[in-house]
This record gives sequence, structure tokens and C-alpha cells, in this order.
Amino acid sequence: MDKTFVPADYIPILVQFAVAFGFVLITMTLTHIIGGKRKKIHTIRKEENFECGIEVKGNARFPFSVQYFLIAILFVLFDVEIIFFYPWAINFKSTGWNGFFEMLLFLGFLMFGFYYIIQKGAFKWD
Amino acid sequence: MTIFIIYKVFLCSVILILSLLVAMYSTLIERKVAAFLQDRIGPDRAGPFGLLQPLADGIKLFFKEEFMPNTADKFLYILGPSLTMLIALLTSAVIPWSIPVIIGGKIYPLQVADINIGILYIFAIVSMGVYGIMIGGWASNNKYALLGAVRASSQMISYELAMGLSIISLAMMTGSLSLKDIVEQQQGFHWNIFYQPLAFLIFLVCAFAETNRSPFDLPECETELVGGYHTEYSSMKLGFYLFAEYVNMFVSGAIMATLFFGGYHFPFVDKLGLSNNTLAVVGFFILFTKITFFGFLFMWIRWTLPRFRFDQLMRLGWKALIPLAILNILITGIVILVR
Repeated sequence: MDKTFVPADYIPILVQFAVAFGFVLITMTLTHIIGGKRKKIHTIRKEENFECGIEVKGNARFPFSVQYFLIAILFVLFDVEIIFFYPWAINFKSTGWNGFFEMLLFLGFLMFGFYYIIQKGAFKWD
Repeated sequence: MTIFIIYKVFLCSVILILSLLVAMYSTLIERKVAAFLQDRIGPDRAGPFGLLQPLADGIKLFFKEEFMPNTADKFLYILGPSLTMLIALLTSAVIPWSIPVIIGGKIYPLQVADINIGILYIFAIVSMGVYGIMIGGWASNNKYALLGAVRASSQMISYELAMGLSIISLAMMTGSLSLKDIVEQQQGFHWNIFYQPLAFLIFLVCAFAETNRSPFDLPECETELVGGYHTEYSSMKLGFYLFAEYVNMFVSGAIMATLFFGGYHFPFVDKLGLSNNTLAVVGFFILFTKITFFGFLFMWIRWTLPRFRFDQLMRLGWKALIPLAILNILITGIVILVR
């Protein structure tokens, strides 16, 4: 790569963020101003949560299946490991077989953990 | 510097308007494609061939009453869709739309930001998409919305892993994470799809899952969850959720075209003898054609395949795609080293 990269490269991303943010803000304000004012009627029945027409039972902030939390935790672990791959992949051609075997070792540990969580039944849904 | 900023603001605005227009018309094309596949006519009342239908839908969403359940968390309820839309619009910053245009001796690159970690930037932004859906689903305090949001976040983070792994083999080949470099290496007909078909297949499946498109549209699965995470939403807030899906579709089509199908390059480009600026325009239309093809693919599959069950979805993501992607990395590594 003959080009040098400087932090100033990220200024356009800030510009994009500003433009996108402006669009979202304007649209949200606009729909708030022009959106059906005439019919703003507040009644208890209307503002209830939708539950297929039957009486609302309790709150929706209840504990749900632990499986989802497990997936989230595993994601954090694996995502960090995947990020470790990237510098290796970029420099792959210069590290050669040496780098390949070293990564194989890392991959071996990762796959062992992966096998372990599968055998533990982390992805068994019932 | 001021000119630079003004140019970037202009470019960002054009890309933003373009992605919104494409998203708007995708809704019409989606319905037309559905109609075509089911032997119907589709919307044809608003304007010729129903061409004004997206406009009518948009205006309708603007004038709808803003509904908010009384038990909802007010701030988060508004933040959810705004965040989803904002993030959908941010991803397009690193996509090179065409070769630089030269006007009056000055070079104007048709890419908002040429950063050396383009792919990582895309992953960073895409993974933030989970927040918009999770916040919206939780804030509306509805059981269906919560279940939809939990499913969505679980599905998106699972498929992000396979997506990240599938790109590694591409990075090994190209030695760069900048989208501009990756496109330049695919000059002519050296498209990455011919060298990395497996990586493309994994990436495609993950793109479907990341954009919550059928057959992975479990978060808004209408037969069991009413409307999924946007059950309680109305007016433009609902519109943002729906539009964001189409913007995401457009952007992921652009990313797939850029990474695997040569971006704005096309075969026999040298033999045409076009001037630089003409080539830039032609290149842009070539890229746009590729994106349109992916857009059609998204719709075609949506109206062809039935929905997965959630355990099947998780099994496919973790037990099939991740080992396959790792296998692909190993094969790519060995092939590169042996050659």
C-alpha cells in the first residue's frame, strides 16, 4: 500500500453522520407536527398494549429464556476471536507457512471451545 | 478544506437521497415482483403502472396519527426507529460508487470516505443495528414486540460471526480491508466470486439474516408475533423501520457487488476507449445494475422460500455456516501458500 492513512480520513464519516442525523431529526419533527392532530383522543382502551384483543396480563418486562443470553455471551467471545483473525489475514502473504501454522494452533483452541459448547448443548432449543 | 467539506456534504446528500429513493421504489418493486410471482397485477392505481404508489405510501405515513402505548418508555420508543434509520444510512459511507471524476483538473472521488478499515467499519455499523431493534422492541412494552426484538438481536449477532469469518478469506487474498483497494484488484473480469464462491455463499446467507429478510424474517414473523418488534409502532416511526430494511437491502447489495462482483468494473473495459468521466458514469450504472440484481434476488427468495423455525435458524448459523467459513479460510490459506 503506497497510500498513507491519517485520522483526517474519518472526517467524511462525521459529515455523513451529520447529514443522516439531520435527515432523521427533520423527518421525526415533521411527522410529529403534521401527523393527524385532529384525532388525538386519549382513552385507556386505546393506549393499552396490543394483545390480540384480550385483556392485557401484566407487564412485558419479564424474564425470558436464558438461551438468548447464552447466545449473546458466546457472541462476545467469538466476535473478539474473529477480530484477532483480521490482522493475520491482512499480513497472510508475508507471514507464509509459519504464520499459517501458528494460526492453526489458535484455530485449534477456538475449535476445541466451539466443540465444547456444542456438546454442552448451547444450541439445543426446545 | 472548506471546498472539501462542501463537496463531501454534497456527495453525502446525493447518496442519502439516492438510497432513500431506491428504498422507496424497492417497496413498489417488491410488490410488483410478488404480484408477478403469484400471477397477479400488483398495485396499478396510483399513477401509470402504480409509479406514484411509494409517494402515496410515504405521505400516508407522514399524516398518520402518532400512537404511543401509555406504558411505553417514551424516550426509547422514539430512539428505536431513529437509531435504526440512522445506522442504515451510515453504512454507505465507505462504498466506492465509481472511479474518481476529474473536473477542471481536480479529482473528485465518488466515495465518501476511503478509510483503510472499510470492512471493519461496515461490521461496526451493522452490529449497531441490533440496538435500534432491541430498544424499539423493549420500549414498547409489548410481549410480541419483546419476543421479536430478542429474536432479532439473537439472530443478527449469530450471523455476524459467520459474516465476519467469510470475509477473512477474502482479506487473505486481497491483503487489504479498504473497499477501494478490493475493487481495484478486481479490474476487468478478475472478480472475487470466481476465487471465493463459498465465501460469497456464506456472505449472501448472512446478508439475508442481517437484513431480517425472508426466509430469516423471524423477528417480524406475522403468523406468530403479530408484527414483531414494530407491533406498537405507527406513523413515520413504523415507516422508519420498514424503510431501514430496504435501505439495508440496497446497501448490502452494494457491498456484495463491491466485494465479490467487481464493484463498478466490467469486462472489456479497455477496448471501449472511453474518456475518464464517461467511464465513471458507465461504471456507476454497472454497479447500479449489479445492486438491482441483488435487490431482485432478495425479493425472489422472499416470495419463494418459506420461513425457517428459530432452532433451525440457529443451527444453520452456528453449526453449519461457522465451520464452513473456517474450512474456507483453511483451504484459501493452503491454496495461496502452495501457489
